[in-house]
Amino acid sequence: MSIGILERFKIGLWRDNPGLVQLLGLCPLLAVTATFVNGLGLGIATLAVLMASNALVSATRRWIQPEIRVPIYVLIIASLVTCIELVFKAWFPDLDRSLGIFIPLIVTNCAIVARAEIFASRNPVGTSIIDGLVMGSGFALLLLTIGAFRELLGQGTLFSRIDMLFGGEPVRGLVLAENGWLLLVLPPGAFFSLALAIAAKNLIDMRRKESSAATPRRARILNR
Amino acid sequence: MEFKRREAPFLAPQVSVSSLMLQVLAAMVPAAMAHVWYFGPGFIFNLLVAALFAAAGEALMLSLRSRKPESGLTDYSALVTAALLAFALPSLTPWWVTATGALFAVVVAKHLYGGLGFNIFNPAMAGYVVVLVAFPMHLNLWVAPSMGDLDYQHLSILQTLAFTLTGSLPEGMTVDAISRATPLDVMKSGLNNARTVTEIRAIPIMGDFGGRGWEWIGNFLAFGGLWLLIKKIIRWQIPVGVFIGLLLPATIMYMLDQGSHASPGFHLFGGATILCAFFIATDPVTAATSPKGRFVYGLGIGLLIYCIRRWGSYADGVAFAVLLMNMAVPAIDYLTRPHIVGHNDGVNRSRSGGNDA
Repeated sequence: MSIGILERFKIGLWRDNPGLVQLLGLCPLLAVTATFVNGLGLGIATLAVLMASNALVSATRRWIQPEIRVPIYVLIIASLVTCIELVFKAWFPDLDRSLGIFIPLIVTNCAIVARAEIFASRNPVGTSIIDGLVMGSGFALLLLTIGAFRELLGQGTLFSRIDMLFGGEPVRGLVLAENGWLLLVLPPGAFFSLALAIAAKNLIDMRRKESSAATPRRARILNR
Repeated sequence: MEFKRREAPFLAPQVSVSSLMLQVLAAMVPAAMAHVWYFGPGFIFNLLVAALFAAAGEALMLSLRSRKPESGLTDYSALVTAALLAFALPSLTPWWVTATGALFAVVVAKHLYGGLGFNIFNPAMAGYVVVLVAFPMHLNLWVAPSMGDLDYQHLSILQTLAFTLTGSLPEGMTVDAISRATPLDVMKSGLNNARTVTEIRAIPIMGDFGGRGWEWIGNFLAFGGLWLLIKKIIRWQIPVGVFIGLLLPATIMYMLDQGSHASPGFHLFGGATILCAFFIATDPVTAATSPKGRFVYGLGIGLLIYCIRRWGSYADGVAFAVLLMNMAVPAIDYLTRPHIVGHNDGVNRSRSGGNDA
């Protein structure tokens, strides 16, 4: 492939971020990001499923009939999600209870089907795994950023119940304030947070464009 | 001899936003004074805090959007938003709650949607709903009306100011000693506990129709609203729609079962019905624009208020009803476009028109 790994990471984490730019998988993104640990947990689960599904779809792409490809993708993703769900139930029972239905619902995360359809079904296994890693981390990073933001403003804490993921005694995390702004924990807060994140990304992109437009044209050509 | 030629329009209509907003503010003054009389000086502090933060938010957003701050600040729309918010909030509200509501109203509900004239949602109600959802425990400190015979503790001006600034009560006073449930709250919890309306209405805070004190604020708001109607600043369709939408189901239910449904008079004078009908729902930006559409819009608000009061979990539903109908405004306007003379907007209509002729 002509694109290097670093460039690929830039695309997945920033330029084509599945949540921020493609606006895919918004249901879990909005529903579980009330705390940092929930966002991180679901982010890791989605990342694992996305990498594995990209690998499997890419490996079997020669045998999948185009007419029935989407059901096959869903079948592959569903089996992987079942595995992940069992893993969560076995090793992270608290986190599994906290995330609830949204672990099984990873099956319906359109970010995963989209990557299978757009990328994995027409690229070799290695690049597909890297694509899964890149896109999954873009999604996971957004999840935990929004989770941290909402937890900080909504509860006044950060990393509370992080033990659900890393084991140990239940912790309250960094307590910065006793009370928070309840609105951000409630569903509307998720929409506001996502909207703010998208607005921030667009603002940064706009600023960058302006500053690159200010530099002389010749320098830009050389930089490429 | 030279005659001066005059051309239509012969009477210049009042088009300036600032004079319109000032008249709306003037119409609220009697009710505001009644509010202070019955519920103490908290209203004034709320109004000051809300106005300060609404104006600050307006100036901030105008400068961010590289507009002239004077243009937005001199139209007084932020002040109207602040006044509506002050009416909606309990008279004992900590300043940060009021400030959050005012800032959200102006910054998010108004300017992020494009500023005055482009906002979809009524800014004051959006700000109120946000603080209602975000700080539920700070929004229930309604004091009892000062009627002379009701037994409860008053707060002085300084004590009220101290509460507004710090959120704490003076030594020896508890929240329970100074605050009372509002008439709508009492009615709702009473009916939920299977008491009859007659029993509930025997509680001393209940007046002739709604709650004592509340009725008088309602009367003064109605005076102000009628004055706005006479001055043609608001149109009659929205208030009439709201009243019909609320009172029709209230009357029917009351006639079916007087024991478990509050009377239409209680619905009319309880809560924010009159404020909503004349001042909130009539916001020219967020209401429907065609005459028929205005009526439908008001009707929807009235019906929703009744449904929320009767079956919802909140005691009053004005803010939610207005926001919900704000969302329906584009559809209402689309479906109630007035017929334009000389245009055929469909084969059927032109055909029947021909037959009539």
